Amino acid sequence: MQLETLILKFQQKDEKAFEALYNMYSDSMHGVIFNIVRDNDIAEELMQDVFIKAWNNASSYSAEKGRFFTWILNIARNAAIDKTRSKAFKNSKKNLDAEYFVDILQNSDSLDNKTDAIGIGKFVSKLAKKCIEVIELLYFKGYTQKEASEELNIPIGTIKTHNRNCIKELRDIVLK
Amino acid sequence: MDINAYIQSGVLELYVAGALSEKESKEVYDLMLKHPEILKEVLEIESAIIKLTAATSKNTNTHTFTTVKDQIANNNNNPKVVSISKYNWLTYSGWAATLVLGLGLLWALNENRQLQSDIQIVENEQLFLETQIADAKSDLEASKALLNVLRDRDIISIPLGGQGNFANTYAKVYWDRKTNSIYLDAQGLPEAPEGKVYQVWSLTLNPLTPTSLGTIDNFNTDDNKIFEITNANESQAFGITLEPAGGSETPTMEQLYTLGVVTSSP
Repeated sequence: MQLETLILKFQQKDEKAFEALYNMYSDSMHGVIFNIVRDNDIAEELMQDVFIKAWNNASSYSAEKGRFFTWILNIARNAAIDKTRSKAFKNSKKNLDAEYFVDILQNSDSLDNKTDAIGIGKFVSKLAKKCIEVIELLYFKGYTQKEASEELNIPIGTIKTHNRNCIKELRDIVLK
Repeated sequence: MDINAYIQSGVLELYVAGALSEKESKEVYDLMLKHPEILKEVLEIESAIIKLTAATSKNTNTHTFTTVKDQIANNNNNPKVVSISKYNWLTYSGWAATLVLGLGLLWALNENRQLQSDIQIVENEQLFLETQIADAKSDLEASKALLNVLRDRDIISIPLGGQGNFANTYAKVYWDRKTNSIYLDAQGLPEAPEGKVYQVWSLTLNPLTPTSLGTIDNFNTDDNKIFEITNANESQAFGITLEPAGGSETPTMEQLYTLGVVTSSP
């Protein structure tokens, strides 16, 4: 089934379509959330919350505003960041700012069902540090160009082309 | 438009990241519909990001849809149960306590108003009784004063007998020459008709000369019918006639009720 059709049915509260979308994006959203909260149980709970929120607000999605993936990615990033700002979370967790997604890939020891990840981790860790940083900020954390340029001390015009090259490398690794 | 240059610019990568403005995203969307190469590029970028992010999901769970499905089913089927559970016993007992307190307050206010009105009534009754006592006292004093006057040995008593058609009427004059005043006891006169008043006259007999001592305007309303009248005349007799309201210059002899002659001097 076409992605557009699935999304349309999802918006009409078709549970089968919802399940299909869930299967397409749940691992990805869990990865994004886990990278921010670094707790497997919290990430699992938040990820399910994100999909329920998407279901309840399905009518607010419009293809003209962006990709469906981008829409749900935004919900996931916001939910995870909100969680890290909550008092209970702050009290129980250390400062996570310094950690990047790459160390998750490198330190993976339970990737039995995701054989892909082993390969990805191996190659992604070979990406330039600047690439890891820019991908972390733009995709995992939802920074704007301006915010990323300030964080990484790179001119704002350079972020776009720089990121283009990094994603190109990533595509070579993951979409063999 | 140079599609290739557009793709190379890196704008599509930002599009997938969600880092473009709404307007810029709409532009990409429109171009995607027109140019399949752009759509293909976006799908590949998206696919790479999905793979990368999924790889960071260090989860051995299979992310079953069941939990999510159960939750949305709950939300759809039992909205009422959810809303009722929002109001726990504390909420209800709080409102109940507020209601009881409010009713109690109303009752107390009403009770207080009733008591204040009762006090007002009692105060009014007390005031009325006090007035009556004061009236009785002043009546008593007036009576005593009158009694003292009548007992005074310097006072001349002159009975006035009924005249002509008014033979059955009578009056009495007590004349105190020291104070030049008379006390007229007019209990034996009928009530004065509408528009008429009794007029008191002092008379000298040779020749017969009447001098008006004034009219008794309050005759009908006076209780004891005793009137104090100033009299500095050398009176030899007293008479009472019925005159038109306001009195007359000379007595109307047809309406002479009572007449009495001074017989003794003190």
